[in-house]
Amino acid sequence: MIHFVLLISRQGKVRLTKWYSAYSQKERTKVIRELSGLILTRGPKLCNFVEWRGLRVVYKRYASLYFCMCIDEDDNELEILEIIHHYVEVLDRYFGSVCELDLIYNFHKAYFILDELLIAGELQEPSKRTVARLVAAQDSLVETAKEQTSSITNIIAQAANFTIKMLHKGYGPWGSNALHLESLLLVDVCTRLVDQH
Amino acid sequence: MSGPSLMDSLFQRTLEDLIKGLRQQLIGEQAFISKALEEIRKEIKSTDLSTKSTALLKLCYLSNLHFHDMSFAAFHALEVLSSPRFSHKKIAYHAISLSFHDSTPVLLLITNHLRKDLTSTNEFEVSLSLQCLSRIANVDLARDLTPEVFTLLSSNKLYVRKRAVAVVLRVFEKYPDSVRVCFKRLVENLENYDPQILSAVVGVFSELACKDPRSYLPLAPEFYKILVDSKSNWISIKVLKIFAKLAPLEPRLANRVVEPICDLMRKTGAKSLLFECVRTVVTSFSEYESAVRLAVEKIREFLVDEDPNLKYLGLHALSIVASKHLWVVSENKEVVIKSLSDPDPNIKIESLRLVMAMVSEHNVAEISKVLVNYALKSDPLFCNEILGSILSTCSRNVYEIIVDFDWYVSLLGEMSRIPHCQMGEEIENQFIDIGLRVKDVRPELVRVARDLLIDPALLGNSFLHRVLSAAAWVSGEYVEFSRNPLEFMEALLQPRTSLLPPSIMAIYIQSAFKVLVFCLHTCFVRGGSTAGVSASASYESFDDLSVENGADSTVAHGQTCTSAPITNESIVNLLKLVELALSPLLGSHDVEVQERARNLLGFVDLIKLEALNSSGQEENDSERKGVEATKIIRLVHDAFSKELGPVSLTAQGKVPVPDGLTLNENLGDLETICGDIELPSSNTFSFGYPSEEKDVSSFSNLQIKEDSGQSNESTSLLAEHRKRHGLYYLPSGKSEVISNDYPPANDPALQGDNNDNASDLVKLTAESLVPKRKPNHSKPRPVVVKLDEVDEKPVAVKQLESRDDSLSGAVRDILFGSEDILPTSSRSNLPNSNRKGKKKQHMITQVESKENVVDDGNSSSRRRKDHSHGKERRHRKKNAEERNETDRKEKESSSNHPRRHKSRQRAEEPLKVPPQTSVIPDFLL
Repeated sequence: MIHFVLLISRQGKVRLTKWYSAYSQKERTKVIRELSGLILTRGPKLCNFVEWRGLRVVYKRYASLYFCMCIDEDDNELEILEIIHHYVEVLDRYFGSVCELDLIYNFHKAYFILDELLIAGELQEPSKRTVARLVAAQDSLVETAKEQTSSITNIIAQAANFTIKMLHKGYGPWGSNALHLESLLLVDVCTRLVDQH
Repeated sequence: MSGPSLMDSLFQRTLEDLIKGLRQQLIGEQAFISKALEEIRKEIKSTDLSTKSTALLKLCYLSNLHFHDMSFAAFHALEVLSSPRFSHKKIAYHAISLSFHDSTPVLLLITNHLRKDLTSTNEFEVSLSLQCLSRIANVDLARDLTPEVFTLLSSNKLYVRKRAVAVVLRVFEKYPDSVRVCFKRLVENLENYDPQILSAVVGVFSELACKDPRSYLPLAPEFYKILVDSKSNWISIKVLKIFAKLAPLEPRLANRVVEPICDLMRKTGAKSLLFECVRTVVTSFSEYESAVRLAVEKIREFLVDEDPNLKYLGLHALSIVASKHLWVVSENKEVVIKSLSDPDPNIKIESLRLVMAMVSEHNVAEISKVLVNYALKSDPLFCNEILGSILSTCSRNVYEIIVDFDWYVSLLGEMSRIPHCQMGEEIENQFIDIGLRVKDVRPELVRVARDLLIDPALLGNSFLHRVLSAAAWVSGEYVEFSRNPLEFMEALLQPRTSLLPPSIMAIYIQSAFKVLVFCLHTCFVRGGSTAGVSASASYESFDDLSVENGADSTVAHGQTCTSAPITNESIVNLLKLVELALSPLLGSHDVEVQERARNLLGFVDLIKLEALNSSGQEENDSERKGVEATKIIRLVHDAFSKELGPVSLTAQGKVPVPDGLTLNENLGDLETICGDIELPSSNTFSFGYPSEEKDVSSFSNLQIKEDSGQSNESTSLLAEHRKRHGLYYLPSGKSEVISNDYPPANDPALQGDNNDNASDLVKLTAESLVPKRKPNHSKPRPVVVKLDEVDEKPVAVKQLESRDDSLSGAVRDILFGSEDILPTSSRSNLPNSNRKGKKKQHMITQVESKENVVDDGNSSSRRRKDHSHGKERRHRKKNAEERNETDRKEKESSSNHPRRHKSRQRAEEPLKVPPQTSVIPDFLL
């Protein structure tokens, strides 16, 4: 089985960690430190497997990111390489030519996609299209849920938020200082509206 | 909603804001993070679930990628979990599976949340909670949620069902009793035609089979079917893993499976599947010649592939074959040896392992020679890897493969001189071990030790200190084999020994003691030809005793080996040398060094008189004293000449504990008593003396002398030493300044071109790897002393099994009907009931009808399934059918509803247990 999945940037920054076996927080940092030392120093054109503490780490570099998965000694390394590639392809499909920044800003999405792919350290869904469909379905579920329950509050809150941002920046859509007062008033109104809801 | 919380939510930073802020780093990362954490702590207490969940998400981010503790939010995560909104739930589950562990206090509270979501109609919610369960399950959760997971195993939503299947593995692990409930449904899923479900089930079984393959033998027909029918590589790989575990247990199964696997190997284009086939064949089907040949063919393709991954895996597969078919490795030796110079360290190490696997007693000398040469030229890391593997291979099973120990000992000496060598400790152990075990090698050992000790350059290399300490010990213990003990004295007392750490220094001094005693003994007691008059006078009286000694083989050896004459004059010089070298050490801050130096000097004081007298004129008075001194020498010599032997690891345990000694007594008080006594630091140059009052004056005198005298003394000593052993010194261009930066023992050989090197290597080893040549041993292998227990380590207690046992025990209960829950009385009437197929069929219906009564809806469908299966298998041989049916029946009867099931199981046991002989059944025949 897969014990954990790591995404590490070339500079050694961690972009994603997922643990399928029990590791305490302390062990996790130690593992990451050890492995990034081990993997990032390996040159290109070397093999993608590293032996580590009686386990085996399979890694592959895509652009500036290293995708690492740690497996048991008797697991199939090539299969894991395929899984990594599979994950990258799914990410690519979801974000539309994925780059490191996508993963930085949508770190939870990257997790949710991984969760569709792997469960309890085993590959769960070998079809890219199905994964994409499932993730999209859940995304829309999140969206509709948001809209249904809090449409009004949300709109008001957004308006207030917007107004306040304007205030902060010192220039309003209204273009004059006199209107500051007015927007403050708007905030007040919004607040009361929300309270009523 | 209250005002403040609204303001919180209005002004709340989203995750994106957090990440952006972190990346801009206006105020430094740490400061920013602590500020953000502060905000989160506030926000997470908000009553608004949106605010709370956003805070939780941010916290996840910080915990996950910046490793901040998020255990304080455990309860808040549960609160978010109770939200009806999917988006909140998702975040909460994410946080929980990230941060919860077995000792999280609120773990108890999560059971109901999970149960609610497991039974939810929204498949995504179910999936989330399953995912979470797989991560955080403990015994309680697994037990409490088993019924829900059981239901999900037959859910009609494929998405949910395949996840439930995957999670069941974790539930089994934590709570083996759940096997009785869920196992049958799991097995049913094996017959599912949906590839996704199948892949999940097979995945679970491959994990289960890793732990205890024997329990899953009855399912072999199902696996076989999957293997033959499967279109998906993912599934095939997993099934192959299962067969790799099952085949060694049951030869008939192996017979049956080997052909499909070979087919797969020939047909498939996927490298991963191909490799899995190869690995399965070489691990579990190694007695099938044709299959192995095919696999080896594929391995060869891997080896010559450009892709380093395939090359690595090829080597790896080779190393698996090596244990059973060494010819395969020899066939591919060119590739293996070329890989020793691969740019990839992992490939190098793998090929090194292979080379070591080829080592046998016929070629060990050649291979070691080649490897040591290779180690000289490679980088420090790999160099030590090579040395380490040579050492461990050669010492395997008490030096099983070594015939010529003289050669091996000199190899050890050679290895310790390799500049990057860091294996000092291992070499030290082997030096001493060989010295103790192999009597015949001792003269050579002493010679090697002499070469090491006498070279002053080696003292500067801290990695070699351990080796030197072994050499020093050898020189003291086996000095009788030395040609010139005086040389040892000089080597052991040379000025540069001050570079050694105190513990090793102490060994040097002790060895010097032994050598000195030996010299004196040969000179005076045995009355060598050149011994003084007084000694020869005393010699008479001791003659009878030394004859007695002569029986001792070591002494006898000593007589033959010492060729250099020891004269009185040399003894006097020797004593002077000892005094000169050791008197500074009397003030040493290391207790051990000081103590031993003192011993030796005290001894010298005792002896000196006689030595001086014997060289001078003869007096009656001194003669009497001389006799006394000789007595002392004899005593000490006898003490040292007792031979040391190897000690078994378990020897300590054999010593009976004397009466009245409580080993478990608490020594805690000791610490309070000793607490205020500070140990003098041994390796720092300290200021005060840790010794008693009365000694202080004499000590401080010495100290002053030492401080002033040490440098002159050592320079003069060094000069003298240099005069004598000029060849080990560099030409002294820079006057006589003592510099610590001696050249390394061996100048690293010029870094030759790797490829040339490799081809050399291939050439060199080409002949040596072929074990055809009968070695022409010039001498028979010496006796190696082994202990009765063959130095086995006490077998580690099997701790791991206990938990697995309960799991596989449960599985076995279900698949075989375990014998130990059987009341023995009921077993007697078993065999006749199961012999005939007809009777059995009858019984099955009986059992099933019972089931119909007990669990209403479920079993009717099950029975239908059964029938269809029965038809499918009609065409198989009868006994196979019989087996399957028995299996089926057992599974069926034992895995039903958890609570009702137990009592019922008891009642049915006599019926369902097959005769004991068919526990390992005829598979697929």
